Amino acid sequence: MEKVKIYSRFERFWHWTQMMLILLLIITGFEIHGTFEAFGFETSVRLHSAAGWAFLILTIFAIFWMLVTGQSRQFVPVRNNIKSQIMYYISGIFKKEPHPVKKTADSKLNPLQRIIYFGLIILVFPVQLITGFSYLFFHYPDKPFAFEGLEAIAVLHTLGAFLLVAFVLAHLYLITTGHTITSNLQAMITGYEELDEETETATN
Amino acid sequence: MKNQFSKSVMALLVSLLLPLAVLLLTLKVAAHKGTPDVVDVKLKAEHISSVDHSQFEILQQDFETPHDVTAACLSCHTGRDEEIMATAHWKWEREEEIPGRGVVSVGKKNLLNNFCTGANGNNGSCMRCHIGLGWKDKSFDFADNRNIDCLVCHDQTDTYFKQKGQGGMPATAETANSAYQVPDYPYVAQNVGLPKKNNCGICHFYGGGGNNVKHGDLEEALLSCTKEVDVHMAMDGPDMACIDCHTTERHNIMGKLYSVSSANTNRIHCDQCHTTTPHNDKVLDNHFEKVACQTCHIPIYAKANATKLYWDWSSAGLTDDHGNGYSEDDADGNHNYLSIKGNFVWDDHVKPEYYWFNGTVDHYLSSDTITEVPVKINSLFGAYRDSTAKIWPVKVHRGKQIYDTGNNTLISLKLWAAEKGEGAFWKDFDWDTAARLGMEYNNRPYSGNYDFIASEVYWPINHMVSPKEETLSCTECHSRDGRLAQLNDFYLPGRDYNKSVDYAGFGLIFMTLIGIVAHFFGRLVAYFKNR
Repeated sequence: MEKVKIYSRFERFWHWTQMMLILLLIITGFEIHGTFEAFGFETSVRLHSAAGWAFLILTIFAIFWMLVTGQSRQFVPVRNNIKSQIMYYISGIFKKEPHPVKKTADSKLNPLQRIIYFGLIILVFPVQLITGFSYLFFHYPDKPFAFEGLEAIAVLHTLGAFLLVAFVLAHLYLITTGHTITSNLQAMITGYEELDEETETATN
Repeated sequence: MKNQFSKSVMALLVSLLLPLAVLLLTLKVAAHKGTPDVVDVKLKAEHISSVDHSQFEILQQDFETPHDVTAACLSCHTGRDEEIMATAHWKWEREEEIPGRGVVSVGKKNLLNNFCTGANGNNGSCMRCHIGLGWKDKSFDFADNRNIDCLVCHDQTDTYFKQKGQGGMPATAETANSAYQVPDYPYVAQNVGLPKKNNCGICHFYGGGGNNVKHGDLEEALLSCTKEVDVHMAMDGPDMACIDCHTTERHNIMGKLYSVSSANTNRIHCDQCHTTTPHNDKVLDNHFEKVACQTCHIPIYAKANATKLYWDWSSAGLTDDHGNGYSEDDADGNHNYLSIKGNFVWDDHVKPEYYWFNGTVDHYLSSDTITEVPVKINSLFGAYRDSTAKIWPVKVHRGKQIYDTGNNTLISLKLWAAEKGEGAFWKDFDWDTAARLGMEYNNRPYSGNYDFIASEVYWPINHMVSPKEETLSCTECHSRDGRLAQLNDFYLPGRDYNKSVDYAGFGLIFMTLIGIVAHFFGRLVAYFKNR
């Protein structure tokens, strides 16, 4: 076992900032939705808008980072080992079997993670950003152009929010399924994770 | 070791401190709230008259009649008579276009209502609020400028009054009594000025037969009120007069009442003084597009005295053992029964109802037949999809009033007469005669059969603006059962949601949690088994 750097400084900054913003967006968003009371409706509206802007800016930086470093390839789904990864979660993990796909700095995500994260990046985030900013700017019909009101936008935005909550819950649990219970968490904090020697490759 | 230390510092920085910095910056941005601009306007009370009317010789005569005073006024103020005689205050009707019905002439003169049902034919009492002198019957000459009553609006001495039951005439030597004396015309005429609150209020506060009966947001308490009742007219505030907002050019007074008018013209808007972005804050100013200022800033009306919300004419006419009318009061001391008028429901501190309103209104015209129950005396046009419509607070006055079952029309009643035996309901308590005479005076057919029918009238609320601390908070509307619960032709955040999406969403979250717990339990079992 060797300590390998798998998360760059920017990746970690991106991850934890995104975590805080999404948490804030979920709490304020569901208060606006009428699900519960938290900060007060007006405060939540202001927080949600500000957090939306911050999320947009962070996303622009993240896209820039992915394109410049080529790290976007990490999130492209692969065909191999999807089934064995599923089998690992529903049976292997209980038999102390090893992870079917080795984690390396060049391939940090397992096949299922790739699918889920790809879905978030390609579908959920863009839908949330587009509907979210539509929500901010096109409240009313006829201003600035004929728009069928808020309903479709709001319902889509709510749907995206539910998917994100479900993702966050599953994500919080699944990070405990690493080499040790906290190894994934430690990696996202320090950038380093103990990986098998054979998988060690040059990192950037 | 040093390497290890710098790695820890870097981890602390990128994984905690920098993300926290972004979060704090976000909170800081969210906390930004604009401060409203201060409004600076010159009030009419600061107006200094350029002349001293007491110096004019023509006003120093012993006037025989109020008509002579008017003639004296007009001898200097030339042309003002034509201005006045073109207004709805004089004509009690205006040519206006009702969307979908073309141009009609509507006003107090010809419209029906669900208070005292209609003025025309009850002139002695109702036309006391006309700005003419003695519109007692159809013989009143609207072309004679001497019939204009200049003093009722311009009196500054608070001693000039129109007498009850005289169709707008002040007391004369023949009619004077303990309540109404002949006015001291030279004194009144030498002290004229711009209309004060009570000049307007003498009619606009007491419509419908008593203080605050009709409007709910216009009443005598506004003459000396606190900021809690009305921030504009408050004694402890700017103490504004009616004409400070109802600005007037050549006797054309801005603003109008939608129980008697239809077109979106000559209106007053808050943004005349307050601009269209008064809060200086985007989240709040965005509401201007679809929400009238009044909606948030007048959370309740009838803040001092009660207003009538319901009037059931069908119970009117009961008399005591001697055949006389009587009255009963509710717990607050307001009439809840009058033999001459029926049953009432009064209330104070009333929450308005809310409707879309684009500044145009339809009316039940005297030529209309009844097509829906309750009969809409007027109806406000507007909808979410209408880009000119906003959400408005409205007083809705509901009631039951007499209608002609044969012709299916609302009946114009003869209610008032000076004496018994003239067929007026308020003296003789005979529905049939009152209906026949009222319809006759209004040149409308009457079948001889009548019953009572539910009706409602919509009065947009504009006055009794509250201090900013008492404006509606967001969740008054943005909540599941808020004030706009009935106004559901649009999606309102905080109130509305898609049921299927919410069920599916919470279902998904629930299933995820179940999955997590089950999986974790499996791992626990495996852990202990393998040990």
